[in-house]
Amino acid sequence: MNSDVSNSNIKSDPQLQQFIEIETQKQKFQFLVHGLTDICWELCIDKPSSRLDNKSEHCLKNCVERFIDCSNFVLNRFGKTQFAAATEEITFD
Amino acid sequence: MDGITAGTLSGSQKDELMDQVKQQIAVANAQELLTKMTEKCFKKCINKPGTTLDSSEQKCVAMCMDRYMDSWNLVSRAYSSRLQKERQRL
Repeated sequence: MNSDVSNSNIKSDPQLQQFIEIETQKQKFQFLVHGLTDICWELCIDKPSSRLDNKSEHCLKNCVERFIDCSNFVLNRFGKTQFAAATEEITFD
Repeated sequence: MDGITAGTLSGSQKDELMDQVKQQIAVANAQELLTKMTEKCFKKCINKPGTTLDSSEQKCVAMCMDRYMDSWNLVSRAYSSRLQKERQRL
């Protein structure tokens, strides 16, 4: 994301730099919430009713938690397999 | 803003710039939300498109919009509290 703030004029101004960094973080968060809401809405909401029932709320919360678990798992496993591949190359080359 | 470098901006110009950026971000977020809401609620509420958007469809879309907002806020809170937990773990 730093490339978006590569303008040297903005970089040289600490106040603006900090502002951009904070807004970028906030926007990353919002962007993920848009995506997560999309995914979890599909999984958890059947027919929209007059209010969110407990079941849907529970499902949405679990959906968020499991998505992050899944993301962490994918990242970890990918890292491990890459590491294993790299060490294999070293030992068998 | 062309030709003005940030280093020469006065305090009030900087404030104005930051306000503008914030406003543009808010507009972009509202647009994203509206796009998603329209897509999701169309899918849920309009099964057989007729010659008009009839009152039952309108009712459904209205309710769907409110539930989508509820869901968005709930997901936002759940995600934010998870982030906090992840941070504490580090």
